[in-house]
Amino acid sequence: MRGMAAPGSKTLIVVPAFNESEAIGDVVGAVRAEMPDADCLVIDDASTDDTAAIAAARGATVMRLPVNLGVGGAMRAGYRWACERGYDIVVQVDGDGQHPAHEIHALIADLEHADIVIGARFAGADGAGARGPRRLAMWILAHTISRIARTRLTDTTSGFKATGPRAIRLFARNYPAEYLGDTVEALVIASRAGLRIRQRAVAMRERQGGTPSQSALRATVHLMRSCLALCIALTKPRASIGPAWSSTEGLVVS
Amino acid sequence: MSATLYVFGIVAALAVLVVIFMLLRRGTLRERHAVWWFVGGLLALIVAVFPQLLAWTARLIGVEVPANLIFFVAIALLVLLSLQHSAELTRAEDRIRTLTEHIAMLNLRVHQLERTEEKRDGEE
Repeated sequence: MRGMAAPGSKTLIVVPAFNESEAIGDVVGAVRAEMPDADCLVIDDASTDDTAAIAAARGATVMRLPVNLGVGGAMRAGYRWACERGYDIVVQVDGDGQHPAHEIHALIADLEHADIVIGARFAGADGAGARGPRRLAMWILAHTISRIARTRLTDTTSGFKATGPRAIRLFARNYPAEYLGDTVEALVIASRAGLRIRQRAVAMRERQGGTPSQSALRATVHLMRSCLALCIALTKPRASIGPAWSSTEGLVVS
Repeated sequence: MSATLYVFGIVAALAVLVVIFMLLRRGTLRERHAVWWFVGGLLALIVAVFPQLLAWTARLIGVEVPANLIFFVAIALLVLLSLQHSAELTRAEDRIRTLTEHIAMLNLRVHQLERTEEKRDGEE
């Protein structure tokens, strides 16, 4: 046993992907090699390239969104699928290949003591590697969310996450699609709903193409949007975990 | 104020109300979106029929030029309407998101069902 949360628990690896035809094959391959017993669900966020075909050829189950929804929308669909299909663990792995598949076991092992485990980049040094407004934004986000979650978090915008059954039920209904909604706001929602969040330091690979923008203007805009997202998330009404998701929820005419 | 101007004001306000009514009747405009347009049209009609009312209200509030009161009310109404539209847009986007997710999930389920069906047929 490789430290699963509970023996025999069903695990789903969710890979949100938008035009990732270059990286998706290796991501699915690595996930399938590391986690042969888990199911791998690639959520193709209305890609215009052959992301879906490549993922399917490498053995993943592919859910194709007919309209581009962003990571938040893709992940909520993933959580809904997991909830409906009775999965106990969902691990989010981004389709661009920056999340190391061999760390998935470690994240899942930590679920024994938590509902959400974040795979954090540069854990230990807040915002190391970033400067100016971007670093300030990281610091504000990390410190505010650490206080709400009552645990030390350094990387709140990481998409590499393992979630247990309670978090899956919560996220099937409440997973924001806005800016930073899938990372920062989701963490705020989870900790305010009483879920336990932990982080685990993870060495991430470089992005496969496309460097994050470092321009001062962009960084300042990012800072302002993060603060706004944080303020809104903190003042929203609390969400409760709720029962298991059913496939007709939200579509039943009342 | 000349008689032509008086009549012109009433006709313009009535025209707005008639257009709103026509759109409602044809189903182009839904009732809940038409409420504020209707309020605006009615206010315009009242002011057109009783211009003294505008002057009186302006004096009451302390607006020196009565026309400014019209501009203020009109702009406030437009801002509110615009906000309402943004809120409606958000709601509509949210519904599209939910529907998109459901369609994607149903699609995947149908696909999986078809595959098991094919497998069963192949075995027979």
